[in-house]
Amino acid sequence: MSRAICLYLHAHQPYRIREYGLLEAGRDHNYFIGGDPFGLASNEGIIRKVAEKSYRPTNHYLLQLLKRHPEFRVSLSITGTLIEQLEQWAPDVLESFQELVATGRVEILGEAYYHSLAFFYSIDEFEAQVKLHKRRINELFGVTPKVFRNTELAYNNDLAAWADRAGYKGIITEGWDPVLDWRSPNYVYRPTYTSKIRLLLKNYRLSDDIAFRFSDRNWNQWPLTADKFVGWVNALDPDQQLVNLFMDYETFGEHQWEDHGIFNFLEHMAGTYVQYEGNHFVTPSEAIAALKPRDYIDVPETITWADTERDLSAWLGNRMQQQAVQSLYALESEVMATKDIGIIGDWRRLTTSDHLYYMCTKWFTDGDVHAYFSPYESPYDGFMHFMNVLRDLRVRVDQALAAPPPKRRRKEKAGGPAHNS
Amino acid sequence: MKILMLGWELPPHNSGGLGVACYQLCKHLAAQGVEIDFVVPYTANHQGTEFMEVLGATSYSAELMQELLGGAYESARLTTYRSEFEDAAELPGSLREQQQRYIGYVRKLTSERHYDLIHAHDWLTYEAAQVAKHQLGVPLIAHVHATEFDRAGGLDGNSLVHEIEYTSFLLADRIIAVSQATKNIIIKHYQIPAEKIEVVHNSIDPSDFQDIPTEPSYAYIAHMKAKGYTVIASVGRLTIQKGLGFLLEAAKLAMDYNPKLLVVIAGNGEQYHGLIEAAAELGIADRVLFTGFVRGAPWRDVFALADIFVMPSVSEPFGLVALEAAGYGNAVVISRQSGVGEVLSHVLRFDFWDTQRLANQIVALSESGPLKAELLEHCRKEFQGLSWHRVAKQCLELYQRHQPEITASGKVAV
Repeated sequence: MSRAICLYLHAHQPYRIREYGLLEAGRDHNYFIGGDPFGLASNEGIIRKVAEKSYRPTNHYLLQLLKRHPEFRVSLSITGTLIEQLEQWAPDVLESFQELVATGRVEILGEAYYHSLAFFYSIDEFEAQVKLHKRRINELFGVTPKVFRNTELAYNNDLAAWADRAGYKGIITEGWDPVLDWRSPNYVYRPTYTSKIRLLLKNYRLSDDIAFRFSDRNWNQWPLTADKFVGWVNALDPDQQLVNLFMDYETFGEHQWEDHGIFNFLEHMAGTYVQYEGNHFVTPSEAIAALKPRDYIDVPETITWADTERDLSAWLGNRMQQQAVQSLYALESEVMATKDIGIIGDWRRLTTSDHLYYMCTKWFTDGDVHAYFSPYESPYDGFMHFMNVLRDLRVRVDQALAAPPPKRRRKEKAGGPAHNS
Repeated sequence: MKILMLGWELPPHNSGGLGVACYQLCKHLAAQGVEIDFVVPYTANHQGTEFMEVLGATSYSAELMQELLGGAYESARLTTYRSEFEDAAELPGSLREQQQRYIGYVRKLTSERHYDLIHAHDWLTYEAAQVAKHQLGVPLIAHVHATEFDRAGGLDGNSLVHEIEYTSFLLADRIIAVSQATKNIIIKHYQIPAEKIEVVHNSIDPSDFQDIPTEPSYAYIAHMKAKGYTVIASVGRLTIQKGLGFLLEAAKLAMDYNPKLLVVIAGNGEQYHGLIEAAAELGIADRVLFTGFVRGAPWRDVFALADIFVMPSVSEPFGLVALEAAGYGNAVVISRQSGVGEVLSHVLRFDFWDTQRLANQIVALSESGPLKAELLEHCRKEFQGLSWHRVAKQCLELYQRHQPEITASGKVAV
């Protein structure tokens, strides 16, 4: 008998928009809270803080685990917006990621470069962002992603069909009960209406024990020890050979703190787990290669890995979010027509889903999570800043499109305009 | 349990939220079995106060007092008023003299009647409360709706008033602050230990709100609204504390982006002429309307016609009027220096001096349906959860901690 854990961590940071007032729109084109190493609210400050608390120590522990245990595997997705910010403010972290991938036992998943919801609004933009990410990952790590993850694990049949056509071997999403029905997430599946691609589903109970409940003293299983957790994995039905632990990379050190023992847990969980006969780790590609699919999974309605609803309501659930996303994508064709790399880059940074997340008004249920991750005083502020930035972009786009195209020198015959004959 | 309640105003003879808060608190305390004698400094007919006994400390009419001495918030005019008439006895004289009469009345009252506890509202009644406490030897609760620091709007304020407040805070058995912000001021500026101060937020009863008649009082505003104007209202005394100058500056900035804005300022006060002038100087006088002092339907209809309610107070211990605005479905925008923000979270906030931010918020609300709709929907839910009953209950529990042997109905517990 054999059992595999597929540990997959998602690393991402957005370019947060600063408090951007209406009076600045049309005048100041700097939207993002940038270069202030000491400002805790600046993107630089946040990257430096998270690098210190999470990225550096976690990569250190992961590398140790890879060296110590030949069975250990971990898989990662790193968004383009994080890569850019690491390059700028914490290049050593990027190098440590490269070191991990160089072991050959760390798989990198493909995704939209800007952590956007473009799949649902513009397939052209979505494909462009996936391509950008693929190219960047290849440059940095010398590998090409074979398995796809969409932003927030947002998934439906159409996305699976797209990934299948695009040549991905696998795709991942949430192992949400209404989709699984009576089935277990601990198998490899096939998405309906696809030919080759396989589907891996997050075991959210075991994943969230680590990602959300680890430090929760009100949880009846607190404190979560490595032995206890491995015991739960070992106690699963022997027929279930795959446990997909998918979570935010920042679980380690940022959401769950070092003081609460999260790094100790990571180290000992992996070490304890592999001591049992038949226990090993896999990457998504290895799982797909090794295990036969059990069944078809049909997901007509979009699911995500967020909140109690597991839908897109945290990003698109209210009227402000709807307005913002529509205004954003309404600009797309004109933004692209400018062929101005600055305008296109800024617009793409605005497609990052976090901006919509900050406008979420579900305060009283899942709201506390949103409040914690928002740089703004209220969702209304998030909306106003975003819309003001779009106003500025509107002005820039209009100006760029109104400007005469670069003149080309043409040789014309003297004595009148050339005419076609 | 019989309470001596010392106040300076009750509706309809109130100049602001203080009278409303006192009235509602007493009404709901009485409903929970508390017997109340409420002393006001004037003689007037108060309708709808059958649940308690209202005692007038002087024979001067409420109208005369208000006209000559101002409302319950005047401290700048403490001793400055001097009668131009020979026959001073027919007039209340200075506010200070009126206060002395109030003290004399309470001294006489407490020599004749016994109370289990004294509950005094703001500095105007605090000296009388000390006299009552001395005579009766019962606990005194000082209820702080505003301090002199708030009224002075960042200036020094009146030192005599500071003195009265400070002494009373020391002598009181317990202090009630209408917000955490006010509690912080009492700790910081009067060096009172935090343990002595309890925060009891003001509230509102959603059931008191009735459907607004379709014919509002202000035909012009209704007309402009129909023409696509967004109506921004502010309601309150026109004093330095209320920060209305900042609203005008922000309105000017906002009108550069959206000219179809109409500002309605309801209330009266020392800044009335200054604000009219300021609007003219900013070149927006055509779109800034002053209603003067209003009550009843014209007061209500300001909210009824408003799309956005702005409270730009420099220092606002609570700001009950913002709850009214929420009740009438206005999008509420308040300064961060306003205590009501501790009760409503679905509002927009700005620092009172940050006119750019306020302008931004006004334009965003006037232009974005989704922003306004979300804000209103969530604010409505919060508003529906408010009630004076709970506030009164919190007060009653506080009374009982100081009078453990007496229950609300006056029976001695065994």
